[in-house]
Amino acid sequence: MANFYTDNPDLKHHLTHPLMEKIVALKERNYTDAEKYDYAPLNYEDAQDSYDKVLEIVGEICGDIIAPNAEDVDHQGPHVENGRVIYADKTVENLEACRKAGLMGMAMPRRFGGLNFPITPYIMAADIVSRADTGFENLWGLQDCAETIYEFADDDQKQRYISRVCQGETMSMDLTEPDAGSDLQSVMLKATEQPDGTWVLNGVKRFITNGDSDIHLVLARSEAGSKDGRGLSMFIYDKRNGGVNVRRIENKMGIKGSPTCELVYKNAKAELCGSRRMGLIKYVMALMNGARLGIAAQSVGVSELAYREALAYAKDRKQFGKSIIEFPAVYEMLSVMKAKLDASRSLLYECARFVDIYKVYDDIAKERTLTPEERKESKMYSRFADALTPLAKGMGSEYCNQNAYDCIQIHGGSGFMKDYACERIYRDARITSIYEGTTQLQVVAAIRHVTTGTYLNLIQQYQANEVKPELQDLKNRLAAMTERYAKAVETVGKVDDAAYGDFMARRLVEMAGCIVMGHLLLLDANRNDSFKRSAEVYANLAQAEVTKHSDFIANFNPAEVAIYKVD
Amino acid sequence: MSLNIIVLAKQVPDTRNVGKDAMKEDGTINRAALPAIFNPEDLNALEQALRLKDANPGSTITLLTMGLPRASEIIREAIYRGADNGIVLTDRVLGGADTLATSYSLAQAVKKFGKYDIILGGRQAIDGDTAQVGPQIAEKLGIPQITYAEEILDLKDGYVTVKRRLENGVETVKAPLPCVVTVNGSAADCRPRNAMRVQKYKYAASPSEAAKLSDERKELLEKRPYLKLQEWSAAFVDADPEQIGLPGSPTKVKAIENVVFTAKESRQLDDSDAQIEELIKELIANHTIG
Repeated sequence: MANFYTDNPDLKHHLTHPLMEKIVALKERNYTDAEKYDYAPLNYEDAQDSYDKVLEIVGEICGDIIAPNAEDVDHQGPHVENGRVIYADKTVENLEACRKAGLMGMAMPRRFGGLNFPITPYIMAADIVSRADTGFENLWGLQDCAETIYEFADDDQKQRYISRVCQGETMSMDLTEPDAGSDLQSVMLKATEQPDGTWVLNGVKRFITNGDSDIHLVLARSEAGSKDGRGLSMFIYDKRNGGVNVRRIENKMGIKGSPTCELVYKNAKAELCGSRRMGLIKYVMALMNGARLGIAAQSVGVSELAYREALAYAKDRKQFGKSIIEFPAVYEMLSVMKAKLDASRSLLYECARFVDIYKVYDDIAKERTLTPEERKESKMYSRFADALTPLAKGMGSEYCNQNAYDCIQIHGGSGFMKDYACERIYRDARITSIYEGTTQLQVVAAIRHVTTGTYLNLIQQYQANEVKPELQDLKNRLAAMTERYAKAVETVGKVDDAAYGDFMARRLVEMAGCIVMGHLLLLDANRNDSFKRSAEVYANLAQAEVTKHSDFIANFNPAEVAIYKVD
Repeated sequence: MSLNIIVLAKQVPDTRNVGKDAMKEDGTINRAALPAIFNPEDLNALEQALRLKDANPGSTITLLTMGLPRASEIIREAIYRGADNGIVLTDRVLGGADTLATSYSLAQAVKKFGKYDIILGGRQAIDGDTAQVGPQIAEKLGIPQITYAEEILDLKDGYVTVKRRLENGVETVKAPLPCVVTVNGSAADCRPRNAMRVQKYKYAASPSEAAKLSDERKELLEKRPYLKLQEWSAAFVDADPEQIGLPGSPTKVKAIENVVFTAKESRQLDDSDAQIEELIKELIANHTIG
């Protein structure tokens, strides 16, 4: 009888952020869909009420079905039979519940059978599902591949495929190959055009999450003889046509319910999606940005679960005649866990709102020309979204791992045993900082926003907000941190040495992340007193991190990079 | 084949989560302290109805409930999960009914409803736990009944085949249609509410609810007639005033006592073989074990 949405008031706080009114009005084109669709909202309050009610369904399924199934799914896992993936029994039950509840294709337009949800409430559902079962979140969350079809495929393809996703068919994105992981330019899977204009795919893909899905997005080399990313195109493979078999699935450390497949393509019929040669440079970049936001949500969900498990145990466990939560060493850990959870969640939803705004403008631009103000606004939010996505994914996944670690630590010896959920949480958390681009690659994506000043620009916008008098001190501290950050950026920027720049990139990105999250929690606390503790705890943490990095940078001689070089 | 399915349901106080305020001084239920919910086994029955509908496209499911006007909450719940519509049988004169008067009233509503193929309901409600209403309705309508159903295995050619859950196993039985089937809690759980249906039907309202709505919402009901839920009165279903409510209820509650179990019959044994053997013999003799 648990409900993972209603038991967590922090979610509603983010769902009702002031910017949502604008997002929903744009997404619903001033509520004109209500004339055509009997389930479209009549106004903003009605839309919010619908998000609330649908998230309540998500929370109920998660609390009553998916979370109680998680342990069984972890133990049983999927297997391969005759080239097909057979999910764990309880995974089938989970998927069935999500289908019956109509939670597939949530963010897709109504004309394809979707719910037309903005990204923000959709990502909130991902956050909730991940808390219930991180591995299952992948299978459910791959529905956002439909977004790529919506953005780049032709109308006929949209009609044929998106409606199937809304009916509950699953998706996968087939990108990685044995020799093309982080470096997708090396993809070799061969796409050959047939005389009738269709394509066939031949080759091997590896590490494909949910690789036996119904509808695949496949990155393949359409331009014979090409070597780099410009020879790659995006294809849609429909499992009904056959030609792709699962050779094996990986035996993984965590997210064991989510099958990670090696796929063999033998003359598999496929359709080109969008334009040739744009596969990697345009479509995969869009796909990855969506996927990274998804992993950021997944990370927050795991953090939430880790915090709850740790908190419950710390209250329950008695040593030296009292609950261990009464010891400073333990309550410090817990309040820091909560601060990291709250910080990464605030960043997640800030990022989701920014993505919402620019994506909806992109969509409106297909119907009419945007006004110069709209174009300007769209560009600004697109840039901010682009800057916040790698922070949300990179730092959010690191925080989730730290929380999973501390969750075990609070359990002590019991946490090391298989008897408690925390060992599964720890294993499940580990992948979040690796897939869809490692934390190190998130730094690569984020650093240009350090050097071009996007983060500083955003921080300055936050600084312009008025806060309650009792929060003014926190705000001043964040201003001081920002000065340190700006100084460090300047110090690193002065040195013309690429290796040194790369070496320091992580530090600068983390400083920016700490300050951004510090501001977001300050604004949360300004709107809702319940965030005050986390805002203060996080400010202490952020200040220590910023000081540490700025000292390191100030005291570091660029020539010292050589000391670190390992042969 | 499309079917006309009636699901009997009841809105009940959530007696599964009883807090200290659940009972009043006089031993009656403090309804204000307990949330009103969809009786759990009626949800199991609804799931069986939805499965019949899945297998027989074009079928309609009507939820029938007797209770206070607020019982239309469970009609919306059922519609969110896939039911087509619902009727609340509500009237002051129906109040205070025992199972006899309740089953008479509901049977009258079923007769008013007209043609139906099957009536499904939960085995029993968690507030009274009598399990009498379903079977009594079947008797009053003069149709067969199958109780303790766990799964409807088949429905064709005018017959329904049902797996029943019994104390020591299962039994498969077949009955001609129309009939009443009461569903056990061991049957499949009800499917979740559907996101699209929730958005479509969340403003559905009964006449007594509509009376309290804003003009804007009243207009919406006129514009979207499928949002109008039905309320039937005792007179509308041609109920005999003598057979409904308190006058129609031979069951009289004499007193309600708060029973506290005491341990006065417990005995202390030591762990000697002799004492253990004596106890085992005694338990065998009074058929507690063996």
